[in-house]
Amino acid sequence: MLKKEGEIRIPSGCAISGIIDKKRNRFNGSDIIKSIALMHDRSNGLGGGFAGYGIYPQYKDFFALHIFYDNETIKHKTEDFLNAHFEIESAGNIPTRKVSSIANKPLIWRYFVQPRIYKVKDLCMDEKEFTARCVIRINREFDGAYVFSSGKNMGAFKGVGYPEDIGDFFMLENYEGYIWTAHGRFPTNTPGWWGGAHPFTMLDWSIVHNGEISSYDANRRFVEMYGYNCALQTDTEVITYLLDLLVRKHNLPIEKALQILVAPFWNEIEKENPEKAKELKALRTVYASALINGPFSILVGYEDGLIALNDRIKLRSMVMAEKGNKTFFASEESAIRVICPEPENIYHPAGGEPIVVKLEAKI
Amino acid sequence: MSISLITPQFEVLRDEKKCIQCKVCVKQCANEVHRYDEEDNVVLADDAKCVNCHRCVVLCPTKALKIRNNSLEFRDNANWNGKAINEIFIQAETGGILLSSMGNPKPFPIYWDKMLLNASQVTNPSIDPLREPMETKVMIGRKPKKLEFDKKGKLITEIPPQIELNMPIMFSAMSYGSISKNAHEALARAAEKLGIVYNTGEGGLHKDFYKYGKNTIVQVASGRFGVHLNYLEAGVAIEIKMGQGAKPGIGGHLPGIKVGEDVSATRMIPVGADAISPAPHHDIYSIEDLSQLIFSLKEATNYKKPVLVKIAAVNNVAAIASGIARAGADAIIIDGFRGGTGAAPTRVRDNVGIPIELALAAVDQRLRDEGIRNEVSIVCAGSVRNSSDIVKAIALGADAVYIGSAALIAIGCHMCHSCSTGKCNWGIATQEAELVKRLNPDLAYQKLVNLLSAWNHEIKEMLGGMGINAIDSLRGNRLMLRGVGLNQKELDILGIKHAGE
Repeated sequence: MLKKEGEIRIPSGCAISGIIDKKRNRFNGSDIIKSIALMHDRSNGLGGGFAGYGIYPQYKDFFALHIFYDNETIKHKTEDFLNAHFEIESAGNIPTRKVSSIANKPLIWRYFVQPRIYKVKDLCMDEKEFTARCVIRINREFDGAYVFSSGKNMGAFKGVGYPEDIGDFFMLENYEGYIWTAHGRFPTNTPGWWGGAHPFTMLDWSIVHNGEISSYDANRRFVEMYGYNCALQTDTEVITYLLDLLVRKHNLPIEKALQILVAPFWNEIEKENPEKAKELKALRTVYASALINGPFSILVGYEDGLIALNDRIKLRSMVMAEKGNKTFFASEESAIRVICPEPENIYHPAGGEPIVVKLEAKI
Repeated sequence: MSISLITPQFEVLRDEKKCIQCKVCVKQCANEVHRYDEEDNVVLADDAKCVNCHRCVVLCPTKALKIRNNSLEFRDNANWNGKAINEIFIQAETGGILLSSMGNPKPFPIYWDKMLLNASQVTNPSIDPLREPMETKVMIGRKPKKLEFDKKGKLITEIPPQIELNMPIMFSAMSYGSISKNAHEALARAAEKLGIVYNTGEGGLHKDFYKYGKNTIVQVASGRFGVHLNYLEAGVAIEIKMGQGAKPGIGGHLPGIKVGEDVSATRMIPVGADAISPAPHHDIYSIEDLSQLIFSLKEATNYKKPVLVKIAAVNNVAAIASGIARAGADAIIIDGFRGGTGAAPTRVRDNVGIPIELALAAVDQRLRDEGIRNEVSIVCAGSVRNSSDIVKAIALGADAVYIGSAALIAIGCHMCHSCSTGKCNWGIATQEAELVKRLNPDLAYQKLVNLLSAWNHEIKEMLGGMGINAIDSLRGNRLMLRGVGLNQKELDILGIKHAGE
């Protein structure tokens, strides 16, 4: 029998695309669908998904939990858990439309929640840590329930199918956000589980990824020392946890965290001025096990912006371009041109060269 | 006195048609196996003295010599085999404990040979180290829990001292005394050339070798031979030897015959005195005492040197290693039961301790379970034979390896297991001037450089095949390993899957 994602490690190839408007002007999901649809041949219909930021302004102070349920029984059980740990401001189905190619859909629910303050205080945590732990607990212990999005003012939408069909299914033209990312998946072997599609998310982090990291088990065993549980055995999951550990738990500036994930080569470090070299050497020395190796291009959405990251020797394609306030990223240039016919500053980020596009501060 | 029941272990076969009576073998054999009979113009051999070191075989100009295991057979008996019988003969004659040298030779499982490595196919490209950068540099030492930056983004965390290695290999502790000065010189110079380190062992540091300090680890063992402040400050790190894989539970023993003027001065002991290290350190009877010694050494050297602690792989190695990490050690060396030695009681060498592969896997996992693996380095020692053993050790969780026997073999050791006699014909495990000078440090150093350069190339090839371009990404990456012919318990301890899974 084929094993479900998480019971077995499944390598996959992919297409990714992302758009950010630095000035926080919101736009609907049509463009991102069009962009990822152009790269149809890079996926095989076994997984597609999107993440949008700025899509829930009316609920921006609440954690938006998107949950897949296999059946009503597990839904009731999970909702009891949610009620015990969170104030639920609003709950309901995530609206979908019937799409002929999308079958076997689970129950798809959305909750806007706030952690119960006394519980957070009791455990001496902050609300993010509390929410993260609840999400991990549901995903680990509630068989048949899977939280696939848990950030504020953002949300992931994903499933088994081609990405353009998944976007249509979730009616993303009805959402407006200032960052969108998309993913089309080409797994080499999967029974097609909705939770296994990308993006992978954790609080505000969302990651879409093209590649197969060969450092997986070194990275996994490193983050698992800090309380994470890589239940899905996927690259995106472990990369998300690495970022969460470095930025949220170890308070490293995002630029430093990226210098850990795609550390400069030692001979490049030696060429830097002594102070910079000392810092880079310290990052590599202390966080050697967080270096990501193997071919990948990743787009990381987070509350402050969008990050594009390639492996150190650029074994996966990724191109970027600008137009006005917008910056575009995609596996192929054509996927940018299809939504932005006259892009400017087309640039292929070098291997190991992180690109961080930050949103301008909220007014 | 009764006749000796001991029969020779080896037979010296001389092809009389090839022998030209040049007497090279007579001059070369420190064990005095060969003897020239002038009257009959023939070279004769006393088989009983032969240790099968191949010195005469290699140097015979006409290749007239061969050494074979003695074909004399006892009656077949799986239980009372020839070795078991002969050992009783020896002990009945001498009343002493049996002594052996080098590592455990018994046919226990060699787990390195029951693990196979992964390579990339299709979904993930392999990387060609001839065309792409490939990094094998490692940093050995304590790492802070995390790094902190001030508001301007300036690093404020101080990184404890590290040993920088160009490749994840170090020469393990072999004392001056157990091996010759020329052997030490070869190791020190090779370490310098390769950008790695060698280890003084417990015999102090010869005055001529202080100049190799940047590539030296100085050892402090229970005998404290040759330990003084200049010595502690001489190297890049200090290693406390708590145990040795070849003889867990007992201390070192250098026979007085090997203690000449130079060794005496270096060890700070009288000429001709046996140098016997106590089994325990007499100031360390528990883990908190070890912590005190670690910090005494750090205080003495102003916290500028990492302090490493070496232990033998024994039953409870994981818990012991965890204690050592918490006691403040910067790195833990785990030495397996196949590790070499200049001299060890045979029964101890052959029956005490556990395989390094299992010990290493258990220690790495235990430190991870406790969330402290990233703070301390792990070094795997005790019979690492080649570059694939190294790749497997790192995938199991080691930061680097120590090699001892392999380095000695590179400079001529033929594994005759007779180091304790002090009559090493290859000039390695001896202090006899005539023998020592047979080992030319200029040539020996080059062989060590050749060996490790070759291994480093091989490591890079295997890394590239796995789609990895920095050794950091191999460390603890057990998905890169698969077991063959292992039972579930062994797989669980190694933390790997079986081939086909």
